[in-house]
Amino acid sequence: MRDRAFFDLSDRLCQELHGEEVLFCNLEGEDSDFVRLNGNRIRQAGGVSAWGLSLDLISGQRQAQASCDLSGDRDADLARARSLLQRLRERLPHVPEDPYLHYSTTPTESYRVQGSGQEVGAGTLSQDKDPGGDDQSEGEEHGGREEPGVPKESRGRDDSGVRPGGHGGTATSDDWDSADVIADLTQAAAGLDLVGIWASGELSAGLVSSLGHRHWHASRSFNLDFSCYLAGDKAVKANLSGQAWDPRALAAKLAGVRRHLEVLARPARVIPPGRYRAWLAPAAVAELLELLAWGGFGLKDHRTAQTPLLRLARGERHLDPRITLHEAHGRGLVPGFTAEGFVKPATVTLIAAGRYQDCLVDSRSAREYGQQVNVAGEAPESLALEAGDIPVADMWRRLDTGLAIGNLWYLNYADRNDCRITGMTRFATFWVENGEPVAPVEVMRFDDSLYHLWGDRLVGLTRERELIVSPETYEGRSRASALLPGMLVSGIDLAL
Amino acid sequence: MDYLNAIANRFRATAPAADYWSLRLVSEETEHLAVRQGVSEPSALGSSLGAMVTLVQAGGIGYGATSDLSPAGLTAAWARAARWAEWHARLGLFPADLYPRSSLRADYASPVVEPWEGLSLVDRLDLLHDACAALEIDPRIVDSSAWLGRRLVRQLLITSDGGEVRHRSDQVSSGLMAVANAGSQTQTRTGGGADWGGQGGLERLAQVGFRADAHRVAAEALALLDAPECPAGTRDLILMPSQMILQIHESIGHPLELDRILGDERNYAGTSFVTPDLFGRYRYGSELLNVTFDPGVPGELASAVADDEGTPATRQYLIRQGILERPLGGRLSQARAGLPGVATARASAWDRPPIDRMANLNLEPGSDRLADLIARVEHGVLMDTNRSWSIDDSRNKFQFGCELGRLIEDGELKGLVRNPGYRGISASFWRSLAGVGDASTLEVRGVYTCGKGEPNQSIQVGHASPPALFRAVEVFGGGEE
Repeated sequence: MRDRAFFDLSDRLCQELHGEEVLFCNLEGEDSDFVRLNGNRIRQAGGVSAWGLSLDLISGQRQAQASCDLSGDRDADLARARSLLQRLRERLPHVPEDPYLHYSTTPTESYRVQGSGQEVGAGTLSQDKDPGGDDQSEGEEHGGREEPGVPKESRGRDDSGVRPGGHGGTATSDDWDSADVIADLTQAAAGLDLVGIWASGELSAGLVSSLGHRHWHASRSFNLDFSCYLAGDKAVKANLSGQAWDPRALAAKLAGVRRHLEVLARPARVIPPGRYRAWLAPAAVAELLELLAWGGFGLKDHRTAQTPLLRLARGERHLDPRITLHEAHGRGLVPGFTAEGFVKPATVTLIAAGRYQDCLVDSRSAREYGQQVNVAGEAPESLALEAGDIPVADMWRRLDTGLAIGNLWYLNYADRNDCRITGMTRFATFWVENGEPVAPVEVMRFDDSLYHLWGDRLVGLTRERELIVSPETYEGRSRASALLPGMLVSGIDLAL
Repeated sequence: MDYLNAIANRFRATAPAADYWSLRLVSEETEHLAVRQGVSEPSALGSSLGAMVTLVQAGGIGYGATSDLSPAGLTAAWARAARWAEWHARLGLFPADLYPRSSLRADYASPVVEPWEGLSLVDRLDLLHDACAALEIDPRIVDSSAWLGRRLVRQLLITSDGGEVRHRSDQVSSGLMAVANAGSQTQTRTGGGADWGGQGGLERLAQVGFRADAHRVAAEALALLDAPECPAGTRDLILMPSQMILQIHESIGHPLELDRILGDERNYAGTSFVTPDLFGRYRYGSELLNVTFDPGVPGELASAVADDEGTPATRQYLIRQGILERPLGGRLSQARAGLPGVATARASAWDRPPIDRMANLNLEPGSDRLADLIARVEHGVLMDTNRSWSIDDSRNKFQFGCELGRLIEDGELKGLVRNPGYRGISASFWRSLAGVGDASTLEVRGVYTCGKGEPNQSIQVGHASPPALFRAVEVFGGGEE
């Protein structure tokens, strides 16, 4: 569904409101190709065209919400949306007044089609400023360098922007064809046991309200998330994502994978549980943050004492002063507006120099606790951990002897009260001696507190950071990302 | 189903020629109501309708999914499926003729005694306010929630071989949560059906103790604040059904999924320590371990007459007297692996293709009452209600945490312990199974959000289990170990 169709549909609904009714219309949609690969062959391939409309009807202090799928057919969609609106209208008198009802009454608008050059920043109609910032503002850090031994696992650059050239050669292309890419990929990966997913296509989000809000955020992007297996569970994981397909980037990524598989082929080292000096690649740090995002930063979680960072927030514990963490909406991959019409600030600082600073506040919590809205939902989508001063190229020397952990997996809280986290190593994890990887390590379970890993046992963070774009596709293709350094710790506790 | 029939008939009449096709139409209606700390959350209605066209043509397989169910929309989905079938024919992992064909004609509907509509919106909200108020028994209860949900899924699968399978799944869900805090110690207790999903109508609310559970939930959250930490060490362990369902799910269900064994999930959900050569001979657990795939349990979350490829679903033993018999794999995976399986190719929604899932995976009852299990423990811990789960990508090294623990000493239940957890290795853990509760202790529960697949799919699965006793397990409590 295109912006005009959504705007027209929403405008028609808004014109049909009764009395003092207020309506917020939100659209989320995608037109995506999904190709699963196994053994460097197509396991399952297809396409999905899905568009969802959400309505929030408000009258006085009452509100009711509903959602439906849209077909793209103008008349059919208008009929469905009208029916949904009528159901909400019939429902409103039966729901109680909502003391936490909260929506923007100041009309704002924005228009962002990533990679097209058509970008008008979000803001009030009178100011028209761009809190979304520049897509590439942090781009100089993304390239990084290949780390010897441990793959730079995930994760690629945000190749926003249009570049000349077309598919079929070595040039970068913003006009890729999924089937052609798969043909090239399987050819380039010949001889590798490659397994993973290619997901690509259009993502769109829109907001229109009867108060005058009008926002559109769209992009055409891809995310190639894959692993190459040696045998059993020995594998190297990699990721390419962005908006312009670059065969050279794929070739470089596969060359790195092949090099790391050679190290994996060495006899595996079995290590006993205990505390080990360790280097965690950005992809492993991302897993720690993904868990912490679950209840760690929301205002409601803080006010109801459910956050795993409760002791940090209360000042009973602190982290290393080199830990500064932001929610950086300004990266621009997620929409810059909330469903209730609020415009997100470019940055929310969550942890500053090891001390808890601000929470993520959605519209409902803002009303309940008397704060300003700064997110659409109280889980981060655009985290940025500030860089340290260890050059990636120097990391192995600094690690000296210990574990080089490429990825973590299946993290969960062992005890939220102490921010104690458990999880597994996965994919390429190596035993390192005198700065050289000597053997892969069988998967191990860790159980440790973030107060130690980001506190008294933090040795340092890398100077370079990687932009990790989520390959998640549960509720459609994710727009979440994180800009992260690697980290060196003097000890991580392995339990099993 | 009338509107789904109309779409299906139109599609069937105009479908182009192909080696084989299927059309899976899915309509999903949802409603969610919640009250938190005495305040109603915004009520939310959901209405989803879409279709997936799957095509086997010229040696390839492809799919196209769309919410545009007009003739033009379905034609476009067909064309998309055909294009991917063409590429699959060139680069496919396996021959297209392995894809299962179905001519099954069958119908299924959930057992419903009291329809959701039997309670007005106002009455539902009153019930929620009443339940939420019953949680607020002390100032140390810092958060309280009560919720009700309804999900009605109608699915019609038709195939070019004359297959026509109708499913109607009705669900009413509910839950209660109390969060207690004192100082820097926070304890959460859930109940009222929060981890007790099933098919059915409003009668389920009484079955899961929705309103009646409120006081216990809040009182236990408070009591846990003052309880000692669960001791660390090697002890016997009794897991209640509310934890057994996760133990079964993670360390029996997932490792037995045939698509994992075939390597499809290695980039995301992971592989399996189980290999094809183990079926028919491997000792998975003690002789007390009997695990079935059972789509016929009335009211269990994933009960069905067939899977989403139209394969009839029947009860099968996966593990019998501890010996591994067959994996969880649909007909396509069975053909690829040359192994038997079960009808378990399932999709989470109209926009995702079927893959191997668990459906209903149950531990069959043994012969002990709960009191008998406890009486056999000299030093142990009883753990109730999962709150944390983690397992390696081969589904071997696991660690779980529970909401509540109770010490067992000399065959008797003693006091509460907080933050209980345990860890182990699947391949050896089930061999330490030393007691299984009898039929009177069996609880038919389920998991609402089982995630796997690329693209990702979150699906509901059913699990029935009695409590069970395990010998010599590593247990621990909270704080920094």
